[in-house]
Amino acid sequence: MLSLATVSAGYGSFQALFGVSLDVARGEAVGVIGPNGAGKTTLMRVISGILPMRDGTMSIEGREIGGLPAHRVVEQGIAHVPENRRLFPRLSVEENLRIGAFIPSARARFAEQLDWVYQLFPRLKDRRNQLAGTMSGGEQQMCAIARALMSKPKVLLMDEPSAGLAPIVVQQVFELAHRIRAEGLTVLIVEQNVQQVLDVVDRAYLLEVGSIKLSGTAAELKGNSFIREAYMGL
Amino acid sequence: MDIYLLEAIINGILLGGVLALLALGLNLIFGVIDVIWICYADIVMCGMYAIFFLYTQYNVPLPLAFLIAIIGVAGLGVLVHLLIIAPVLDSAPINQLLATGGLLFFLQSFATLLFGTDFRNIGVRLPVLEIATMYVSFARLIAFAVALIGAVVLYVFLKRTYIGTAIRAVAQDREIVGLMGVDQRRIYLVVSAIGGALAGLSACLLALQYDVHPYIGNTFGPVIFMICVLGGLGNMIGGFVAAFVISQIIAIGGYYSSTELSYVFAFTFFIVLMFIRPRGLFAP
Repeated sequence: MLSLATVSAGYGSFQALFGVSLDVARGEAVGVIGPNGAGKTTLMRVISGILPMRDGTMSIEGREIGGLPAHRVVEQGIAHVPENRRLFPRLSVEENLRIGAFIPSARARFAEQLDWVYQLFPRLKDRRNQLAGTMSGGEQQMCAIARALMSKPKVLLMDEPSAGLAPIVVQQVFELAHRIRAEGLTVLIVEQNVQQVLDVVDRAYLLEVGSIKLSGTAAELKGNSFIREAYMGL
Repeated sequence: MDIYLLEAIINGILLGGVLALLALGLNLIFGVIDVIWICYADIVMCGMYAIFFLYTQYNVPLPLAFLIAIIGVAGLGVLVHLLIIAPVLDSAPINQLLATGGLLFFLQSFATLLFGTDFRNIGVRLPVLEIATMYVSFARLIAFAVALIGAVVLYVFLKRTYIGTAIRAVAQDREIVGLMGVDQRRIYLVVSAIGGALAGLSACLLALQYDVHPYIGNTFGPVIFMICVLGGLGNMIGGFVAAFVISQIIAIGGYYSSTELSYVFAFTFFIVLMFIRPRGLFAP
C-alpha cells in the first residue's frame, strides 16, 4: 500500500533521515518507535510532503508520491495527524472538520463523512460549535484525528498522538487508535510510548539516528531484549 | 442635543463605512499573508483614476465603469502579490515593508507623470438630503450602505464557503493547511484579489465624494493604518469597529474645532492608546 525505499531528508545542512525503507500493507497498522530526535516526525513530514524528500522513492498503491507538495499528497489518499494536533484554535470543531474535507473528492461526500466521524467520536458532535482551541487535550486529539479522516484517506499517519496528554487520556487515545483500526484503515503511527503502541500495531520499525535499526512483528519486538531494556524499562 | 452635533455624528458614522471597508481589506491581507500593503491607499487611487477616465473620457456608463474598476483593481492586487510580495515572502518583514513602500512611491510618481497633479472630479453631483433639518450627503449614505453590504458579503464568504474557511485556517496555522489539501499559494492569490476588489469598491465610493489626484492616498492611507493597528493588526472585526471610533473622533472633533485639528485629536488618541493598549483596542 505505502512503500518507502531508501528515503533521505533533512533540514539545511543537517541530515535527519538516512536511506529509510519501510512498507505498510493494506489494512495493516504499523508503528515507528524510537527515541527523541531519531527522525520520526521528519519521516512523517516527508511522507505527507511538508518536507521535501532528498533522495529515494515513495509510493502509494504503486503511484509515486515523492516530490509532490503536501496539498497533492492528500489527494492521493494519505492523511496526516500532525504532532501536537495543530488544530485551528479559533475555528469551531465543525469548521476544522470542514477544512479536513477540503479536497474535491471529500467535499462531495462531506455530509456522509461527517456522520461517520461523529459516530466514531460522539463527543465531537456535542462540541461541534465550540472553538477547537478551548477543548481539553484528549478532545483536541480526537478532533485532529477526525479532521484527518474527513478526507477519506486510505492511509492515516499519526504522529505522537499521546504526546503532551495526561496518562489516563493517553489510554483513551490508544483506544481511539484501536477503534480506527477496527474501521479497516491502514495506519502508520509514530510513538515514544513503546509499550502501548506495540499493543495496537501489527508490526513496528525501530528508528534510531535517522535509520531503521530493527523491525518485526509487535510480538517479536515485545520479546526483543534490546527493546525491552532500552525502550520499555523492563 | 444640538442638531449640528447630531449631524456631525451621523456624518462621522457614514465616513466610517469606507474606512471600515479599507481596514477590512488591509487586515485580511495582513492576517492571511502576514504582509502589510503600505501602498493600499495608492491602489485605491489607481481605481479612482480608472473610473475618472472611463467615465469622463471614454463615456462608459458609471455602473459599468465601477464594475471595470473593481475587477481591474482586483487584478492589480493579484499582480502586486505575484510581482512584489511573492519574491520577498520568505525574507525579513522589513524587506516586505520596503517593497510595498517602494510601490507606493512608484504609483504616486507614475500617476504624476501620466496625469499631472491636477485635481480631477468625475462631476457626478449627488444631492444633499435634508432629514429633519439635518444635512446628510447622499454620496456618503450610499458609501456607508455599500461598505456595510461589502462587509457582510465578505463575512458570509469567510464563514460559509470552503475557500473562506481555508482562508481563516491559513491565518491561524499556515504550515499545516497543506495537510488538508489547501494550496497556500492559491489562497494568497485569492486573498490578494479580494483585497484588491475591496480597494476597487472603495475607489468607487470615494470617487463620488472626492477629487482624484496622485497623492490622494496620503490623505487617508495613514488613517487606515492607524485604524488597523488600533483594532489589532489582522483582527478584522476589531479594525471594522475601530474605523467608526476614529471617524467619530474626526467628526465630533471637527464639529468642536476644525477638520485639521480633528485629525490631530484622532492621532493623539491613537498615540495615547498605543501606550495603554499596545496590541489594540480589543486585545484580550
